[in-house]
This record gives sequence, C-alpha cells and structure tokens, in this order.
Amino acid sequence: MKTKGFAAPYAVWMILFTIAPILLVVIYALTDRTGRFTLENFRLFLDPIYFSVLLRSIGMALLCTLLCLLIGYPAAYFLADRHVDPRGMLIVFFIIPMWMNFLLRTYAWLTLLESGGLVATAVNWVLRLFGANEEVRLLYSYQAVLMGMIYNYLPFMVLPLYTVLTRMDASVEEAAEDLGAGRAQVFWRVKLPLSLPGVFSGITMVFMPAVTTFVISRLLGGSQFRLYGDLIEQQFLFTGDWNFGSAMSLVMMVLLLISMGLMNRFGDREGGGVL
Amino acid sequence: MKTRRIFRRLYVFAVLLFLYMPILTLIVYSFNASKSRARWDGFTLKWYIALFQNEEILRALYVTLGCAALAAVIATVIGTLGAVGLFSMKQGPRSLFLGMANLSMLTPDIVVGVSMMILFLFARMPLGFWTMLLAHVTFNVPYVLFSVLPKLKQMNTNAYEAALDLGATPWQGLRRIVLPEIMPGVISGLILSFTLSLDDFVISFFTTSSAQNLSILIYSMARLGINPTINALSTLLFLAVMLLLLLVNRRSNILER
Repeated sequence: MKTKGFAAPYAVWMILFTIAPILLVVIYALTDRTGRFTLENFRLFLDPIYFSVLLRSIGMALLCTLLCLLIGYPAAYFLADRHVDPRGMLIVFFIIPMWMNFLLRTYAWLTLLESGGLVATAVNWVLRLFGANEEVRLLYSYQAVLMGMIYNYLPFMVLPLYTVLTRMDASVEEAAEDLGAGRAQVFWRVKLPLSLPGVFSGITMVFMPAVTTFVISRLLGGSQFRLYGDLIEQQFLFTGDWNFGSAMSLVMMVLLLISMGLMNRFGDREGGGVL
Repeated sequence: MKTRRIFRRLYVFAVLLFLYMPILTLIVYSFNASKSRARWDGFTLKWYIALFQNEEILRALYVTLGCAALAAVIATVIGTLGAVGLFSMKQGPRSLFLGMANLSMLTPDIVVGVSMMILFLFARMPLGFWTMLLAHVTFNVPYVLFSVLPKLKQMNTNAYEAALDLGATPWQGLRRIVLPEIMPGVISGLILSFTLSLDDFVISFFTTSSAQNLSILIYSMARLGINPTINALSTLLFLAVMLLLLLVNRRSNILER
C-alpha cells in the first residue's frame, strides 16, 4: 500500500508536541537561568531536602503497589474462578470506579477521614475500646495519603490480573489436577507462574502514577506532606525555577523508563520460560 | 467446599465495599440539609439547586465537554491517518514513529504537563482553552493509533491495491475501502479519547490557566475543604457514568446477537 503520505500530520504533530517539549525539558535541565550549560540543577537535586522526598515517594509507591497486589490478587483470582456463575458481571463493578473522575474519588475520602466522618468515627470508637483517650486525627497524614493511593489504583491492579487469569486455558489447570496436584500445588506451580505477565503489567500500572502523584498528597496529606510530584509542581507554578523543575522531571522520566524496561524484560523472560 | 465459597464471596464483597463506600457516602451527603458531616438534618435538594445556579461550575462543564469532543475528533483524524500511513512504511521509519507514540504514552502525566507548559510559554502562547486542547489531542493520538493499527493488520490490502488499479485516487481508496474495514478501531479510539479527555486533570492543570475544566475546578474547591455542592456534582457525574456504561453494554450485547 502506498499511503505513507497520510502519516504526515501525525509526524508533524508528534515532533512538535511530544519530541519538542521533551527536548526543551532536557535543555532547561542542563542550563542555568542565563542559558549557560551547567550540571548545577542535578547537584542541587542531591541535596538531602529534595533527595529524601524522592526516596519517600519511591518507598510510598512501592508500598502502595505491594498492598494493591496483596489485596487485588485474591480478588481477581476469586472473580476469575471458572465456577463463579455470573462471571464477568462482578468485574464490571471494579471497572466503574475507574470511570469516575480521579479527583472525585480522592475527594470522597476527605469526607470519610475528616473528624466526624464515618471512618474517622469508627476508628476512634475502636481505639477507645482499647483504652485510648485522645482522638486520633486521620486526615492529613501518611496513612491517609497511602490509603488514597491504594483506593485510586487498586482497579488498575485487579483488571490486568483478571484478564490474564480468565484467558488462562482451563485445561492446563485440569491437567495438573489429573496428574495429582493438590489445590495449593495447582496454584503455586501452575496458575501463579502463568499469571505473572498480569502481575507485571499491574505493578507498572500502579507504580507509575503512584510515584508521580501530587493530587492525592495535596488533598489528603495537607500542605505539610510533600511527594516528588509536589516538588515538581512547586518549581513550575510557585518558585518559577524551570531549570531545577526540568531536571527533576527528567530524573523521574529516566527512572521510570529504566524500571519499565527492566520490568518488561523480566516479564517476557518469565512468561517465555514457563511456556 | 462451602465455607471456601462463602469466604471468597465475603472477600470480594469487602473489596467492593472499600471501593464503593466513599462514593455512596458522597451520594448520601449530597442530600443532607446540614453542611456538617457529623449531623443529618434531613433531606434536601438545595445543593443540586445551588449547583445549577453556579455559573462557574456550568462553565467548567461546557469547557470539559467541548474540549473532550474537539480533542477526540481531531485526535481520531490524526491518529487514524497516521496509522494508515505508518502501516505502509518500511520497518525503520515505522518503528521510529511508533517509538514517539510509545514515548508519549510512557511519559508520566506530570512531565507531559510541565513540558507542554514550557513549550507553550516558550512559543509565547497564552495558556487557555486552546493550549489545553492541543495538549489533549497530543495525549489522545497514540491511543487512537494503537486501536486502529491492529485492524489494519487484519485487513486484506489487495482490495485497496485493486481500487487504485481501477483508477481510484489514494484518498478515495482510503475513504471507500480502508475506512469501512478499520471502522471498529476508529470508533473505539474516538470513545477512548473522549473519556481520557473528560477525566484528565494533571495535564490540563499545567496547560491552561484561563479556562477551567471540571477537574481543575473540583481540585481548587476541594483544597478549601468539603463543599456539599461538589457532592451533588459527584452524584450526577457518577449517575451519568453508570448510564453511559449501561448504554455501551447494551449496545455491544445487541451487536453480539
């Protein structure tokens, strides 16, 4: 087919609005305010004040990913079970929240966690049973931000897992059972290894937005709690230091591309090895 | 056997409760006469009335819908043409252009947002509706591209060649032969683009300042604390999403039959 010319608008658009902005970020990251070449922005980044925020963001995103996996895997596994009658019905309920505006989902937790809210009241009631006399404030804390992340990203973990588990050939499982494997063996030796591609794509889909978020930390963590995304936002919208902000964006982008590359290779090898 | 099934149901139910409790609470509180969370002062519709009298919210709604519709249409045109063009390219240039789409999808939203903001300010464009639209088209194009490409691979290219041999121009061939074949991919790209645009906050946040969309408005309102008008807005949006999903579901059921 001779239709190459049709790609011209696409090519122009991508070069103008994807490649050019990224090049600008690279240029800003490598220059100072007067436009001279410098590595100062990256040196500044290694300052403990900023570096600790990066470490905290990564740690928090890892914890969030792990918890999403621990909560989401059994849910996807039970939903994908071939004995469940209305299979495919329940998974819709996991998709609906993904369609809801991300900010509203986060905002909803404000209502529950603020003093007098349902969850805050329930938690404090339980704590009083165990002899606590002071009211614990749930909102604007590390736990509140972590909870908001898990809440927002859990469906992104469940969905790829569910897809992989339902596409799995049932005869593989039956074959293992016929050959005398018990339930536990079928799970650990057959189903879990076969579902690893879903695990890897779930991890990517949760970790990536979790490590760059600034909305959740702002709404549920208050003004004191800062994540890496908040720092970037601050450089561009308040401090106006585009050079430093660009350097931070670049570091984040490169880190994510590397980790995703590793994840893909790891995922492929695992999947290929098993099959 | 039986206890295992009960345990499984309870577990799924608990996870669903976790997912829906915040949404349900919002809906209930949108009818609460008291502004405070702690008290229930009876049923009211006053937050809904306030919502429809709030010009700022209505304007944000129009901005959101207008931007999503325009961005979806433009991105679908560019993405579909791009897919057709890429399809006939040699391996080298094709993977280069596919790489750009991948790069765009894998770049974190916040980096896309700030990099486009730099570009617009660098080009001395005032941030507003049009810059936001440009940004939305940009993040939608790769999704259209990747939903059209698989359909092209399934297509029989001989029909297109035959049309050209019989004297059709490439444009006619595209419109009359290729487009009907890849239509399902084009439509799903369009719907995907529209929903991605509706839902976007981060990229919009950095690429507009004069025109607010709903997400930005909700963000600025929520930073000031709870506001029952947002509850009413959430309830309506939630119902709209449910309705949309039901319609899409029914349509695909009918098509399957």
